[in-house]
Amino acid sequence: MSVAKRIIPCLDVNDGRVVKGINFVKLKDAGDPVEIAKKYNEEGADELTFLDITASSDNRGLLFDIVEKVAKQIFIPLTVGGGVRSCEDIRNLLNSGADKVGINTSAILKPELVAESTSRFGSQAIVVAIDAKKVGDHWEVFTHGGRNATGINAVSWAQKMAKLGAGELLITSMDRDGTKKGFDNVLMKLISDVVEVPIIASGGVGILQHLVDGVKDGEADAVLAASIFHYGEFTIQEAKQYMAENNIEVRL
Amino acid sequence: MIAIIDYGIGNLKSVHNAVSFISPQTKSIVTSDPDIVAKADRVIFPGQGAMPDCILQLEKRGLKESVIEAAKQKPFLGICLGLQMLFETSEEGGVNGFGLLPGAVKRFQLNKNERIKIPHMGWNKVHLSNTHPMWNKIDSDSRFYFVHSFYAEVTNKNLEMATSSHGEKFTCAIAKDNIFAVQFHPEKSSELGLQLLKNFISWNI
Repeated sequence: MSVAKRIIPCLDVNDGRVVKGINFVKLKDAGDPVEIAKKYNEEGADELTFLDITASSDNRGLLFDIVEKVAKQIFIPLTVGGGVRSCEDIRNLLNSGADKVGINTSAILKPELVAESTSRFGSQAIVVAIDAKKVGDHWEVFTHGGRNATGINAVSWAQKMAKLGAGELLITSMDRDGTKKGFDNVLMKLISDVVEVPIIASGGVGILQHLVDGVKDGEADAVLAASIFHYGEFTIQEAKQYMAENNIEVRL
Repeated sequence: MIAIIDYGIGNLKSVHNAVSFISPQTKSIVTSDPDIVAKADRVIFPGQGAMPDCILQLEKRGLKESVIEAAKQKPFLGICLGLQMLFETSEEGGVNGFGLLPGAVKRFQLNKNERIKIPHMGWNKVHLSNTHPMWNKIDSDSRFYFVHSFYAEVTNKNLEMATSSHGEKFTCAIAKDNIFAVQFHPEKSSELGLQLLKNFISWNI
């Protein structure tokens, strides 16, 4: 008996609408975040992650509106990330109903934001997202959606973030993202071995076996996926059944 | 009226949202006003963050006494840190809690063999160890959502209502008279969490 491995569907939000998930069947409004969140909740998602990809910060208000609506009707943890720059941003997201806030680029630009926000809101509220790409024989942290190299070693960066108080780390392999080849489990295991906080594996899921591999080989505590769920290839329930059949503890 | 104690840390909206969702006719107020706490029929004491901060913020708002008073009289639900605060002492910052329940709050120990992670985060099984009206329609070994690094070790095992396991077995629900407290987050535990909150609303001591 132990804590279940989590399955987390990730929803990309732009200007107040979910931009993936257009192939959902039976949804009155395909891009409606509340409807999609409800569907995932009914299928047994363990958490939901909203990633704000809105280019302009002018439209931030729409995101708060979504989080507020979802939080009023769906009672599982909600994580919101994308463009978070300050404690003020974090406070506004938490006040809208987010349980956790993801910080990525800002953690690189201002590592003190991680220390400050975790001491103010608690470690449980802060997820540090790390986008990593293999360079030679090691992994480096990239920012701005994988465009900018930082020269920082991803494994030592993960350790530093955990030390500063991050409650959880979301590790995305830029090499695997969108490839459907599976997680970069070598990287996941390297990080999982050196931090005591839970890690979420992200980037590359194409088939259900990849979720199993992320837990068994990558030793991830949670697995995040977007397209396999959005495009109706698999339901969350199917993913959980498959993991259970492979002797992984899940919440069925 | 249900008072949800606000001491300025964490997301309290989720508890309020959950109560409003299951029982729109029940008035619930997120409050840091001692008078409202005193007038409330029931009190929910949610918690996030660290125990030393919590004590500091309660004292700053003049809330400590009214919360303790409520915990002695009316249906009182402690959640997460709200459970830990009811105990005598804590390893977290070496502070004292309210001392309403016998025992101490301890930190999980890293266990390399079992590779446990701290914080204990996610859906874990809750094994019921006693009957209680708060367990109405909740089966033993159902999963609830946890997120914490500390847990309370109760010295009077008769008070233990449920256990869970993370590297070691620990108490995750406690009851004494009008107090019921859980280490997990019912407001984030989907249907079963909402059931527990429903049970609280209709719990008659």
